[in-house]
Amino acid sequence: MIPLSHYLTLGAILFGLSIAGIFLNRKNIIIILMSIELMLLAVNMNFVAFSYYLGDTAGQVFVFFILTVAAAEAAIGLAILVVLFRNRGTINVADLDELQG
Amino acid sequence: MNNIGLATPEIFLLCAICVILIGDLFVSEDRRPYAYALSQVSLLITLFLTWTIAPDSGDVSAFSGSFVMDKMSVVCKSWILIVSIGVFLYSRDYVNARKITNGEYYTLALSGVLGMMIMVSSSTMLTLYLGLELLSLSLYALVALNRKDARSSEAAMKYFVLGALASGALLYGISMVYGATGSLHFSEIAANLAGNENSTAAVFGLAFVVVGIAFKFGAAPFHMWVPDVYDGAPTSVALYISAAPKIAAFALAIRFLVDGLITAHSSWQVMLIVLAVLSLVLGNIIAIAQVSFKRLLAYSTISHVGFILMGILAGTNEGYSAAMFYAITYAITSMGAFGILLAMDRMGVDINLLTDLRGLFRRSPVYAAVMMVLLISMTGVPPTVGFYAKLAVLKAVVSVDLTWLAIIAVLMSVVGAFYYLRVIKYMFFDEPAEPTPVLAAFDVQVGLTLNGLAVVWFGIFPGMIMAACVAAFAG
Repeated sequence: MIPLSHYLTLGAILFGLSIAGIFLNRKNIIIILMSIELMLLAVNMNFVAFSYYLGDTAGQVFVFFILTVAAAEAAIGLAILVVLFRNRGTINVADLDELQG
Repeated sequence: MNNIGLATPEIFLLCAICVILIGDLFVSEDRRPYAYALSQVSLLITLFLTWTIAPDSGDVSAFSGSFVMDKMSVVCKSWILIVSIGVFLYSRDYVNARKITNGEYYTLALSGVLGMMIMVSSSTMLTLYLGLELLSLSLYALVALNRKDARSSEAAMKYFVLGALASGALLYGISMVYGATGSLHFSEIAANLAGNENSTAAVFGLAFVVVGIAFKFGAAPFHMWVPDVYDGAPTSVALYISAAPKIAAFALAIRFLVDGLITAHSSWQVMLIVLAVLSLVLGNIIAIAQVSFKRLLAYSTISHVGFILMGILAGTNEGYSAAMFYAITYAITSMGAFGILLAMDRMGVDINLLTDLRGLFRRSPVYAAVMMVLLISMTGVPPTVGFYAKLAVLKAVVSVDLTWLAIIAVLMSVVGAFYYLRVIKYMFFDEPAEPTPVLAAFDVQVGLTLNGLAVVWFGIFPGMIMAACVAAFAG
């Protein structure tokens, strides 16, 4: 049987990758949106693992809600991206520099 | 027990949002007042329902204990609704002048109010998360609502990415706390955590939860989004973000840290001290360098968040009620300051630079006086409410032997006085660029005047709000 710590390590690695994806990426906003999705999935991994090992279904119910919210969040993120592209003609992260101070 | 009647205000507000959203399809563009009037009426009815079903004593819970109606939630909800009514009043003319789609503006803003009410009433981490996301998703869309404006969409994108990052961190913390305690209910978390509060998973989860809360509050060093959003968003949306969500963020922190993780108080107290000191220092010092009034208000918000955190970190009922008083009165004060910016706005040109306020006294003595009262209250000078709020927080912090923290807070308030007083100097002693009087609708004038008077009134008689705040944590 695979111990709980393996699942948690995988969750932590995925979470770390998504954070790195948000902060290291200097090119494309779509990659940031993908990283955000990955972050939520990493959390889902944690929830399912805990839920199984605790023998408590509440964690799995939480996962369904996270999936729903993640879908709504992706929809709003892409909508903002479309508006931004119409106004700017670019989705390059480095070009988002009009607001500073 | 599914005591569904307890959620009547939320259910009513949800139905009202649907009616406004669908009704908007059938109303022509020239009949603009419709969405505004319906929103105000539904907020008033929701407020009335909240007071009607408020339990006389003790806590009542519904939906298998995931929704709770206690004294704190009644007070927070009432003020969230009252502040939102004011916010809608101030932003009406601005929204009309910008031709921002009316129905969408009000439905999104009302969804945010619904999200805040759910957050405030939550007693499991799931309800709390859903309320928080309902608020956040509405806010992202609201910031981007001015579709033609590149600054607005840039601000929305930054807000979205950082907000989603914060939600992710908060969720990761939630999953760890769930793993350490085996429950999503705050009361069970508190019970299971007792004696086990230093377990690695619990402290690890707690750290992520605090990061998430700090992001949502806009506390340094997680404050990067605040100035950009205040600056780039339509002023009416900046007004909305600066007011009621601060009360909701306070409730978020209380639910998590006090209802759920109170046994780990010594761990989160240290984290909040770091956040509070950084917010006070960064907020006040960077605000001095600002030339934009909206950015100045953003950095001033960050410093005020430091005060709210100070009240929470004290870890006593006195501290919580002081922080609650601070959050409520700050929402009222900030609402007035943005309200005046909106009232000055004419011909679709945003009022943003500090120099735009030059000679406001010549143009409109009443608004200049109201703005002066609000700025003095933010500085914390008696007899305004800001003084009493700061005093209550400082008393709570000193009584838990954190006097050094109180000294830093007072010193930073003195630094803050500089930039607030500079704005007053611009308003009263400089010549206006264009000496046209400021014209605002009659009800907006009445609202702003009452807002200014309220700041003085509650400063002289703070007992009216303070009694409710103390009662909220007495049980």
